[in-house]
Amino acid sequence: MKRIAVVAAALVFVTALIAAMLELGAPAIDLRAPVAAHQAQSGVSHSVTAVLLNYRSYDTLLEIAVLLLALLAILAVVGDAPVSPPRAAHPVLQTLARLATPLMVVVAVYLLWAGAFRPGGAFQAGAVLAAAAVLLHLVGLAPGWSRPRLRLRLGLVAGFVVFLVMAAALLPQGALLQYPRAMAGGLILLIEGGLTLSLALILAGLFLFLSRDEAAS
Amino acid sequence: MSFAFDLLLALSLLWSAWHTLTVTRLDRAIVLFIAFGLLMALAWARLSAPDIGLAEAAIGAGLTGALLLDAYGALHRRQGKS
Repeated sequence: MKRIAVVAAALVFVTALIAAMLELGAPAIDLRAPVAAHQAQSGVSHSVTAVLLNYRSYDTLLEIAVLLLALLAILAVVGDAPVSPPRAAHPVLQTLARLATPLMVVVAVYLLWAGAFRPGGAFQAGAVLAAAAVLLHLVGLAPGWSRPRLRLRLGLVAGFVVFLVMAAALLPQGALLQYPRAMAGGLILLIEGGLTLSLALILAGLFLFLSRDEAAS
Repeated sequence: MSFAFDLLLALSLLWSAWHTLTVTRLDRAIVLFIAFGLLMALAWARLSAPDIGLAEAAIGAGLTGALLLDAYGALHRRQGKS
């Protein structure tokens, strides 16, 4: 009886949700036209990248800050456990990973470059690079990460620092992260390069810092 | 044709989401979650947002799935030891 009541309530709720979706009026502000109108000044020809790294680049700035903060929290929690050597997986898996990793690096660079004029960009490229690192760790070709040394620390913060320095340097332009028109494309590519490196390290770190204590425990 | 595909996609999304939440074995729930992430990536691609589809496939299904499987393995070992 109770079950039927729950199912009925869920059905009513879903119906109400669908009805509400269909009742939605037209959005009060239509931003597609201004985005398209200023596309030529944004430095990139893909509208999503223009929004993420030009019109609303402070969103992206805060996103990378949040990810960095998450990784710092993980580093604070996992402490100083020793890293044990990785267990080697089956040779077939290792060979496959060896073949896939260079391809993934190429795909990541392509995604970064393609972000300017078609779907792609720093986040996707960073995620693919991070997946390659996780793959190498899972088949036993790369060890888990212990306490980060200077180089890794620099890599982790590079994207955020490049972005912040850029924002500070561009403040005289009048608004936060308002790029000079002629240099917009190059600056966006520079920021995206830093973001890709840092995102790859941060996302890989989420896995590699956390998984290191498994063999030790 | 594409409507049939979308309908199938939506139904399999709902199916995998439901089973991810209700299945009792954790390992199956994790595999279903990864399948759900991949279907979700397809759905984003169908909604002509391939950016989000790429990110969902790489982060949602790939990295999160790997983390969940790793956590499951760690739980398993810890239970086996005690």
